[in-house]
Amino acid sequence: MSEWLLKGGRVIDPAKEYDDVADVHLVNGTLAEIGPTLNAAGAELIDAHGSVIAPGFVDLHTHLREPGREDEETIATASAAAAAGGYTAICAMPNTDPVCDTSSVAEKVWALGREVGLVDVRVAGALSRGLDGAVMSDIGEMSRSAARVTMFTDDGHGVQDSLFARRTMEYLVAFDAIYAEHCEDAALAAGGQMHEGDRSAALGLRGIPAEAEELMAARDIALAKLTGCRLHLLHVSTAGTVELVRRAKAEGVRISAEATPHHFTLTDAALETYDPLMKVNPPLRSVEDVDAVIRGLADGTIDAIATDHAPHAVEEKDQEFGYAPPGMLGLETALALGITQLVDAGHLDLAKLIEVLSVKPARILGLDAQGTLEIGSAANVVVFDPSVRWSVDASSLQSKSRNTPFHGREVLGRVMHTFYEGRPTVLDGKVLSGATSDRFDDRAKESV
Amino acid sequence: MDQLSSDQITHILDTAEQLRSVTDRPIKKLPTLRGRTVCNLFYEASTRTRISFELAAKRLSADVINFSADSKSSVAKGESFKDTAWTLEAMGVDAIIVRHGSSGAPAQLARWVKASVLNAGDGAHEHPTQALLDLFSIRQHFKDFEGLKVAIVGDILHSRVARSNVKGLVTMGADVTLVGPPTLIPAQATSWGATISHDLDSVIGDVDICYLLRVQKERQDEQLFPSLREYAANWGLDSRRQALMKRESLVMHPGPMNRGVEISADVSESPRSIILDQVSNGLAVRMSLLYLMLGGGEPASEAGGEQL
Repeated sequence: MSEWLLKGGRVIDPAKEYDDVADVHLVNGTLAEIGPTLNAAGAELIDAHGSVIAPGFVDLHTHLREPGREDEETIATASAAAAAGGYTAICAMPNTDPVCDTSSVAEKVWALGREVGLVDVRVAGALSRGLDGAVMSDIGEMSRSAARVTMFTDDGHGVQDSLFARRTMEYLVAFDAIYAEHCEDAALAAGGQMHEGDRSAALGLRGIPAEAEELMAARDIALAKLTGCRLHLLHVSTAGTVELVRRAKAEGVRISAEATPHHFTLTDAALETYDPLMKVNPPLRSVEDVDAVIRGLADGTIDAIATDHAPHAVEEKDQEFGYAPPGMLGLETALALGITQLVDAGHLDLAKLIEVLSVKPARILGLDAQGTLEIGSAANVVVFDPSVRWSVDASSLQSKSRNTPFHGREVLGRVMHTFYEGRPTVLDGKVLSGATSDRFDDRAKESV
Repeated sequence: MDQLSSDQITHILDTAEQLRSVTDRPIKKLPTLRGRTVCNLFYEASTRTRISFELAAKRLSADVINFSADSKSSVAKGESFKDTAWTLEAMGVDAIIVRHGSSGAPAQLARWVKASVLNAGDGAHEHPTQALLDLFSIRQHFKDFEGLKVAIVGDILHSRVARSNVKGLVTMGADVTLVGPPTLIPAQATSWGATISHDLDSVIGDVDICYLLRVQKERQDEQLFPSLREYAANWGLDSRRQALMKRESLVMHPGPMNRGVEISADVSESPRSIILDQVSNGLAVRMSLLYLMLGGGEPASEAGGEQL
């Protein structure tokens, strides 16, 4: 019997348009009661005054690096980072080694996530075998596996072959699965190091034009209309793409879209020092693009904030800009950047922020137990204080990697407690020990 | 070149003027940098720039180390740029002159080491010593940069020489026009303070200086223009176009030249051409920079900071 009583927090459940100061009672993994001044003898008490109590966050876009690059991140360390960031579910991208293109890899990742037990680790399968963009992966088998894969993507690359994109979308319809695209026309983006614009021209870095993203977004929207497949656009970064999604939604296309915290926080001005920590794909865009992404989040054109959490080893980022791999950490800073850049700046209210961090991404993935504070549902809950000011410190992150572009940045809003299926995974800002054990390292120690 | 004001540029050029006389002496050496160590760290093949820097350092009595590595093979071998930088730092090098194929590498290097860092060309970004020696060469012929009309012709997109020269010339008050096919000129170049033209014939009669850039054959393979022949016909400087130029005007080229493409052989050897002066002036300008960065009298801050 485990009982928790979260006292006096501002409870926000955007799904039910609920926003009131209340107590929340968690019993045996489920949400038992929400109401003013609840009493529960025997429950462990958490003082939530001044904090917000919301459904746990759901990240549609996480690179776990396991299997293959356990030196950079493991399912255990990524889960700990996710819990610390207030997440109760994450969706693993398939570009691991081996690629997640079969049910055996999908089930393994999913099962390892359950073993760690800090968040619900969902799995996105590859569209194509080995991400080659030419031969379909075992889509149906992954869909029907224990991992119940609902999203498929070749993230890291856009699907270049339009016929392959069309066929895959048609096939996915049978499983009501989502075709998720990393929109990038490879030929237009070839050799690109940053957003194409004044700054790339001045810095002498090959540019990636906004059109490289928009062309593929437009193609995929056309193909989604043709096939009836559900389409999800990953990490939307340009004003043009936001507008394409807006129009597609108005036309009734089955489309959803996500944007990352770095794409609503940073611009290509950050590249002026040639710091490889600022290198990411899609690249940091112009001020106008950032504004469009924020407007897209505010008006619902963009459904979700997704982190594109992409750990990289120190030595990989500590290279010449041209050689360093793209990617940034995101799980542990997403909420704070949302509060700082979107809520505190007056673009979104807290309920809307919670909607894009939790409710909508949970719906996209079809996770009934996530993104809701419905009585009787699994207790996936985050408690955060939106007024705490803190400074991001790369060395104190739960992630195994350190490649955050936000080190030293002062931000607003901090996760205090996270509950996953009724169990605390974070208490008072600390990821619970035991749960954080790094399975991969433990195994290595055992073998010594 | 971003870091330099017009006063600083003038100071560098004035110093170069004084140091150039050393080159004319029978004993071509000053003791100024005795006991100082300068490393040429070249990640990209270069003959003229490396030799010019080596000679400049030696004329000032500095000890010179040359370290050359192809960027790609060095990466393959495994020692990172950062480790190489730290190794040089541990050996007590006072200045690192770096040439690298990756834009921004000198800026990164300057964050890792305490030694002075001099950019000898990085990717498609900057080649500041080339721009300074070009300004020096121009100043030998024109009293004032203000209102001077300069056309830079060719592959602006991939050219660090063009970027540094535009910055330097605009800072000094010259009017710069970038000329070439649209595929070789970034549309954003207008934000550098230059104008853009795609028609050399309409520009050539009006300029004081026609600065030609090397056009590499691989640009044809990338389909940035149909053929070198067509490039030469539209944007090459041959004797017919040269005849349209003003009487006192000059022809410049940073080398190495592709004769028959951007410049015809007779133009390169005409009296207008100051291409070889550019080379010899490079030595004086590089001596000036080393002197200002490492020399006793002038603090490095004269040159606008440790990294140039």
